[in-house]
Amino acid sequence: MSPNSAPAQRRTPAPPPGTWLGMPAFPKAAREQLQRAEQRQNLARATTHIRGKRAERAAEVADWEELRTAAAQIKTRVARHLDTYLVQAEEAMTAAGITVHWARDAAEANRIVGEIALAKGVDEVVKIKSMVTQEIDLNEHLESIGVAAWETDLAELIVQLGHDRPSHILVPAIHRNRREVREIFAEEMGRYGTPAPPTMTDDPEELAEAARAHLRAKFLRAEMAVSGANFLIAETGTVVIVESEGNGRMCLTLPETLVSVIGIEKILPTVADLEVFLTLLPRSSTGERMNPYTSLWTGVTPGDGPQDLHVVLLDNGRTDVLADPEGRAALRCIRCSACLNICPVYERVGGHAYGSPYPGPIGAILNPQLRGVASEVDQALPYASSLCGACNDVCPVRIPFTDILVHLRHKVVEHKTEHHPTAEQAAFSAIGWVMADGRNLAKAQLASRAGGAVLGDRWLGNRVIGRLPLPIAGRWLRARDVDAPPAQTFRAWWAARTPAAPPVDGSADAATEDRA
Amino acid sequence: MTTARAEILARVRRALADVDEPDPVRDVPVDWEYGRPLSTADVVADLVEKIEDYGARIVRVPAAAVPDAIVAALTEMEASSVVLPPGLDGAWRAAIEAVAAVTADEPPLTASELNAVDAVVTAAAVAMADSGTIALDHGPDQGRRALSLVPDRHVCVVRVDQVVSAVPEGVARLAPAIRAGRPVTWISGGSATSDIELARVEGVHGPRQLYVVLAD
Ligand code: SF4
Repeated sequence: MSPNSAPAQRRTPAPPPGTWLGMPAFPKAAREQLQRAEQRQNLARATTHIRGKRAERAAEVADWEELRTAAAQIKTRVARHLDTYLVQAEEAMTAAGITVHWARDAAEANRIVGEIALAKGVDEVVKIKSMVTQEIDLNEHLESIGVAAWETDLAELIVQLGHDRPSHILVPAIHRNRREVREIFAEEMGRYGTPAPPTMTDDPEELAEAARAHLRAKFLRAEMAVSGANFLIAETGTVVIVESEGNGRMCLTLPETLVSVIGIEKILPTVADLEVFLTLLPRSSTGERMNPYTSLWTGVTPGDGPQDLHVVLLDNGRTDVLADPEGRAALRCIRCSACLNICPVYERVGGHAYGSPYPGPIGAILNPQLRGVASEVDQALPYASSLCGACNDVCPVRIPFTDILVHLRHKVVEHKTEHHPTAEQAAFSAIGWVMADGRNLAKAQLASRAGGAVLGDRWLGNRVIGRLPLPIAGRWLRARDVDAPPAQTFRAWWAARTPAAPPVDGSADAATEDRA
Repeated sequence: MTTARAEILARVRRALADVDEPDPVRDVPVDWEYGRPLSTADVVADLVEKIEDYGARIVRVPAAAVPDAIVAALTEMEASSVVLPPGLDGAWRAAIEAVAAVTADEPPLTASELNAVDAVVTAAAVAMADSGTIALDHGPDQGRRALSLVPDRHVCVVRVDQVVSAVPEGVARLAPAIRAGRPVTWISGGSATSDIELARVEGVHGPRQLYVVLAD
């Protein structure tokens, strides 16, 4: 409990100041994050570990690739007929005793949840980890109307008590190590309830035990819970939540009132479809054969669990994603986090650089579609990728990330051109000139070759460029080591080793380029 | 004023102007055959291996020895108070009453009262071998959801005829209960977390000990 319940006093730990969209855009944010050596090590260790587990568990399933195809097809079917499925899901839920609400945007969803809390007369709710309530910033809305929202997932608790933001969609505190977690628990738990035992070390078992004790009192007295959902079955109105710790089951079972905020894209057509997703999701996300607990409920069961059930169906930009036939595949996402864990960019910069609770490759394609490309943060996100395509290969619903990224880059450029042409576009037209014709490329390479000769022979004994006093490359090279440009271009090398080859700078080159 | 419902549905329909096939199934075929069993050589042995892999206890006994096995489980876990679902097998109940204080859930216990009970003993609905998953459909021999959640130790009795190869067969077996509106809980090992440096810690909020009795 907060030490003082006067309205001016916060009931829950304050998050860091500012908003996601008020954060610096990716290039600047990434540079800041790269300075954090400890965080980078935490991330590298964690993502390496989880990548290995995912690969092992995927390899155990003989028809893994067929499952991925089926999952993509099922989700595509839902997206292309979403109106039909939404109406079917609403009917089934209503028949099962669930009160269904619709919310056009974050403010409307927050208002609905807040009104239910006030009508129930509760001053606190327990929460199951949910991406969608991060997206709409529900906790801060509840705080503003005097209702304390308590996160009960261990990682979310670490983030909440640490006055921090989540940096990963599955393990929101992935950027914290055990020593930091111990400090946060020792410092903060006592202010809001059962304190951490004074003897607690940084052993993860002891930290988990402290969380169990801290939250147990909150579970036992909770009158209202708020959740998201992993799946909503249109056929039956069944809501499905997967989890590990049992905090979810506590929230879904003990309180009298349960409100689930569900993005409209979470629908699956039938109960049978669960076999595809409950095989893919745990193996892709935590690298387990199955997550410890999965809860399915179909309306109210007299004498068992919450007797007052609500579902808030949330749009908040999803219909904008749906309206772009090339980008709508992003709505298939089941939030497994495999694309984050495999991403070389995410692994280095972490989740705080993406200006959204959805980081990594899925964040790069989802945020600029959910929010549009008007802000600097969202304009930068489609470029927060090297287009290496590793995410394409692990995604259990086969989202074509690289295609969507390129498509969104195009949209960003279009948006900018509409407003004012930039130096960037001048650079692109220069590249266009170079690439359009083999003779131009050869001229440009002549310049690069000269640079390579200078750098390779005179400047760098080891042929690796570290820091350079050059205006642009110097900045780029601060976090990287690269080879010096070669003194000979591939084209010159090829010409030299092929006796009949036409002269490097000659016009015959054009033929080669034409075929390309 | 348009309602949120009308507006969202209108937005969806506008967004899908490019879709001209009205039948979802014809529009996007799904290349998947549902409910297929996995060709596991020994399904029951597979279940035992996978449950052990989660760090949970599992013993296999003849049906007649189930009461003794439950008593052994409670003794091993040092449980002296037990809550039982109303429809639990009479022979099992009698054996349990002989060794532990049985708390009745009638009238329903509060969460705090349940929290003071050491253990719960339930039956199960389906077990899926390949992922080591036990599903409860909360029928009379399993009880309401809070019973198998709040006490710290869970003894769960699974009959071998409830064991299927993997998730697809399991979902097919559970579908009638789901369609009938029953809540369903899947349990794969004890509660666990990997939230701190991805180190797996057994036992957070759910029962910290799961003990499975597999009955032939
Ligand atoms: S985009 Fe694919 S890989 Fe990434 S979180 Fe979503 S489902 Fe997982």
